[in-house]
Amino acid sequence: MLDLTLPNSPVFAALDALARERILILDGAMGTQIQALGLSEEDYSGCGGGACACHIHSDQPQKGNNDLLILTQPQAIEEIHFRYAMAGADIVETNTFSSTTIAQADYAMEDKVFDLNAEGARIVRRALDRATAIDGKPRFVAGAVGPTNRTASISPDVNDPGYRAVTFDDLRKAYGQQIRGLIAGGADLILIETIFDTLNAKAAIFAALEAFSDHGQRLPLMISGTITDASGRTLSGQTPTAFWHSVMHARPFTVGLNCALGAAAMRPHLAELASVATTNICAYPNAGLPNAFGQYDEGPEDTARQVGEFAREGLVNVVGGCCGTTPDHIRAIAEAVRPFAPRKIPA
Amino acid sequence: MTDHLLRLSGLEPFVLTPDIPFVNVGERTNVTGSAKFRKLITNRDYAAALAVARDQVENGAQIIDINMDEGLIDSKAAMVEFLNLVASEPDIARVPVMIDSSKWEVIEAGLQCVQGKSVVNSISLKEGEEAFRHHAMLCLAYGAAVVVMAFDEAGQADTFERKTQICARAYRILTEEIGFPPEDIIFDPNIFAVATGIEEHNNYGVDFIEATRWIRANLPYAHVSGGVSNLSFSFRGNEPVREAMHAVFLYHAIQAGMDMGIVNAGQLAVYDQIEPELREACEDVVLNRRPDATERMLEVAEKFRGGPKEEKVRDLAWREWPVAKRLEHALVNGITEFVEADTEEARLAAAQPLDVIEGPLMAGMNVVGDLFGAGKMFLPQVVKSARVMKQAVAVLLPYMEADKAGGREAAGRILMATVKGDVHDIGKNIVGVVLACNNYEIIDLGVMVPPQKILEVAKERKVDVIGLSGLITPSLDEMVHMAAEMEREGFDIPLLIGGATTSKVHTAVKIAPRYHAGAAVYVTDASRAVGVVGALLSPHQKAGYVDGVRAEYADLAERHERAEAAKQRVPLPAARANALKLDWADYTVPAPQFFGPRTIEDWDLAEIARYIDWTPFFQTWELKGVYPKILEDEKQGEAARSLFNDAQAMLKQIIAERWFRPRAVVGFWPAATVGDDIRLYTGEDRTDTQATFYTLRQQTGKRPGRPNVALADFVAPEGGPRDYVGGFVVTAGAEEAEIAARFERANDDYAAILVKALADRFAEAMAEMLHERVRRDYWGYAPEEGFAPQELIGEPYRGIRPAPGYPAQPDHTEKETLFALLEATERTGVELTESMAMWPGSSVSGLYIGHPDAYYFGVAKVERDQAEDYAARKGMPLAEVERWLAPVLNYRPDAGAAGAGGAAA
Repeated sequence: MLDLTLPNSPVFAALDALARERILILDGAMGTQIQALGLSEEDYSGCGGGACACHIHSDQPQKGNNDLLILTQPQAIEEIHFRYAMAGADIVETNTFSSTTIAQADYAMEDKVFDLNAEGARIVRRALDRATAIDGKPRFVAGAVGPTNRTASISPDVNDPGYRAVTFDDLRKAYGQQIRGLIAGGADLILIETIFDTLNAKAAIFAALEAFSDHGQRLPLMISGTITDASGRTLSGQTPTAFWHSVMHARPFTVGLNCALGAAAMRPHLAELASVATTNICAYPNAGLPNAFGQYDEGPEDTARQVGEFAREGLVNVVGGCCGTTPDHIRAIAEAVRPFAPRKIPA
Repeated sequence: MTDHLLRLSGLEPFVLTPDIPFVNVGERTNVTGSAKFRKLITNRDYAAALAVARDQVENGAQIIDINMDEGLIDSKAAMVEFLNLVASEPDIARVPVMIDSSKWEVIEAGLQCVQGKSVVNSISLKEGEEAFRHHAMLCLAYGAAVVVMAFDEAGQADTFERKTQICARAYRILTEEIGFPPEDIIFDPNIFAVATGIEEHNNYGVDFIEATRWIRANLPYAHVSGGVSNLSFSFRGNEPVREAMHAVFLYHAIQAGMDMGIVNAGQLAVYDQIEPELREACEDVVLNRRPDATERMLEVAEKFRGGPKEEKVRDLAWREWPVAKRLEHALVNGITEFVEADTEEARLAAAQPLDVIEGPLMAGMNVVGDLFGAGKMFLPQVVKSARVMKQAVAVLLPYMEADKAGGREAAGRILMATVKGDVHDIGKNIVGVVLACNNYEIIDLGVMVPPQKILEVAKERKVDVIGLSGLITPSLDEMVHMAAEMEREGFDIPLLIGGATTSKVHTAVKIAPRYHAGAAVYVTDASRAVGVVGALLSPHQKAGYVDGVRAEYADLAERHERAEAAKQRVPLPAARANALKLDWADYTVPAPQFFGPRTIEDWDLAEIARYIDWTPFFQTWELKGVYPKILEDEKQGEAARSLFNDAQAMLKQIIAERWFRPRAVVGFWPAATVGDDIRLYTGEDRTDTQATFYTLRQQTGKRPGRPNVALADFVAPEGGPRDYVGGFVVTAGAEEAEIAARFERANDDYAAILVKALADRFAEAMAEMLHERVRRDYWGYAPEEGFAPQELIGEPYRGIRPAPGYPAQPDHTEKETLFALLEATERTGVELTESMAMWPGSSVSGLYIGHPDAYYFGVAKVERDQAEDYAARKGMPLAEVERWLAPVLNYRPDAGAAGAGGAAA
């Protein structure tokens, strides 16, 4: 039963205090780091190494199902999280961008979804605890909730604009399952990210509010949209201000932008959002634009300089990196924003 | 923000700010309110149903109400299908929707289809607190605002006590128990039918209005809405009476704080124009002012039943009123017929003539000002009121002692001028009239006013505000210059900026930074001028207002700079490499009938009038919409029709009495493109160059497949097929200025502005008509073309006529080349000012380009490399090129190429 008068989880107070003090650091990309491991199909499905403790039985190839590595290569994933934590990240995301029944359908892994999320949160927690044991700094697990590969307010069929490949209720259920898994695994916050269709995000918010009701506590929400082209709108057509109006009922800990075209292209849209949103602003751009091979070649210093510029202008409260960023990018970003005070939330 | 404003969204945001007095929710996509829409949905004609929605948005609906509650319709499925289709139409989906149903399951299905923040209409305590709480909580979880009906377990609230008690209870549950944002609550305290013959119903209007007042006073940030058509239910079939009742009711309810409503504004009378007898009867029933109100209303209603409005007998009952009331009526309705006699009568009754101005006349103008401010009167009506005022004052002036005449206490003295080099003044004159209506003294220096003159007069007459206007782009620089001059001479009075090419961004980025001592403020249109000037001259508001504007402009300037920096530009060689490459291999175009210029004299005014595009005419008067639809517009239709009738009447006179003497010149030359230049030759042998048009190329970074285009790309290259270029200048003639001046002397600003606006339309219509002749005849590349004049508005034809100074060629000085080629000044009398504006103002010029793929485009910003290249080609010093291109330069010429350090200069 939906209850919107829940007490806040204890994390709220800790995060609020930190966020008032300084700009917080979010981690960087998982994909690039995983690619660098050069894993094979056997590594993905967990059947490698001779020992037949096969995690996963499937007729579908699993290579490319990065989220699955939570179950099949947990040490490798934990190591990536740990490196981000040591690079300066205060908030580290779970490797669960596609851990919904909708997104996992491509790999026929729907039945692993709860485990992926619960285990995904536990792995991050372990990595962060190791880092905290070294330097004593508190760190937070953000349960990552991706957009799925379907849109609730855009028809995939140009000849039938009224058709929808996914409904709000499908999304609400899938997200609900994911978020419950993340909470069970100990996520401190829920991060709804790379939103290209605000209706998907509203389903995720709805699911989060339901999951919080079950949990008996409200967790901080982070909401991050994606402006996909130069028109300055989301894929589903909203302006940054309209996007904020659509999600403000979630009373999120942060609202912001990620991914898309890199920091330079993100800046005007971020500035618009920062001028209207009455909460913290979070920005984690890609390492520039992808080159002809789909790789990102903007170096740590380049990205950090631009993100540092956001901070100097007083636009941000939380920063990090998206596609193409590495622990070195995060270290450079943390360095670049250190001299600047966090953005003041407008009264 | 924690300002507690209602914030909604479609694809774009909507904020209910205090300067929006009333949100009219579009109601035509409601099957219970529109038989037409119901039929479309029942027949599943969704394309036509979408057109209904689009229409509402185009006509200015800020929110659209969607209701599918009909017995024969699967409401839930229809709601989902329609909202999904709306989501695919960006021009509809840009506004928020109101999801309207009496069934919760339909509402919830709707909420699952909208990405924006919508409004739920409605929830209530009808089924008890638990259901109410549950629905409210779901609305909050879906992210929607709610309409709450004053309805509880005992039924719909009909009295003030019940309405307020239920609303207070709902408010408490929502805000205290659920944490619902109070600004997202919209109460509907139920509008019921009055004058039904049942005594208990008599006070329903008052109950709603008073409950509204109470809610706005006692339930902070909540809003009040209602469906107005119920009110007049007992007068079904008598539309004039229903319209009058609705107008009267809304008038009082809005004053009490009703800020939203589902109203068919197309069927709404203007409060102040309702026949007094009918209005009084309506007021009696709505406000329950007398026991026999219903009987009297029934009697009156019979009188007004019937015929369409146009056939209404002219009602002169107001002539029986006391003189002060008559003057007010004449002012509000813009009636000059009796004003001289009435003013004379008032003068004889007054102790001194000045009392008439300060008494009834100012009182009347205050009513006009208030109605205009409240959006209940439109610009043409206000200008007509001003005409009445001026004529009344003219009657009094001879009786006033000289010192008293000047001694009238004005609210402030405002100097207005069109800047040096610019001749356009319609907008400036309208602003002047509107300000004068609000008791400001206007000193209008006219057009082409040099800065020194403005500053001298400003000092001498101790003006409180200077207002500058301009239409062509070089005027932008004149305004920057004026701002710097004001600063230099120690002025600190406000500087207002207005006119078609001016903008808030330009004011913020270029003008305001040059005038630190005072405030430079951009004024969007005449309707904003009164508010801006009022704030600037108010001792209490000024500081706060100016600080607000400064902060806004600083932010805007900063954002602009960032947005510009984010745009990708390409160097000129790369832009040229990505030029538009038309296929010239098989291109042929006939040679024009003649080369060189030819004067065209056989102009028939009646023929030209058929080519008039009326939409911009309405825009001049700040009536926004497309002709002819605007005549039926919900809000502005009445004002638009009246204006259009006046325009038609004047048009007849213009034609019959030959007020204008149109002149034109057209010419053609063999031409070829060389690089970015269009070279014109003396003859078909193409050996001697007669003149060159230099063109500018887009330097914006383009998506693959999109060219960086210049006008030169549309003309065949040298050595390619034979191609030609034409040029033209048309003018409605200089007579317009003299006629306007005559009207002004007769205290008829309305007619003065009207004649200028019509002269402008004539010039544009001539350009359209001449272009047609060129295509079919003079150049003759489309001899078979047969569009009707009104079809030409959409430019369905082959070829373009770009004008220097417009986006495709922002350099105004190319007009000098065009004028020389055409011998335009000798042949038409049109002259170029120092800013390259054409005088008389009602003139149009341009080039003719004939390629079927030629199109209008904007060059947008150019880089230093192109400016340098252009200057070299054109043989014009770089500094001069930079001065003319200032509005489109993507760099600061004063920063110097040598280093960034010079920027501080």
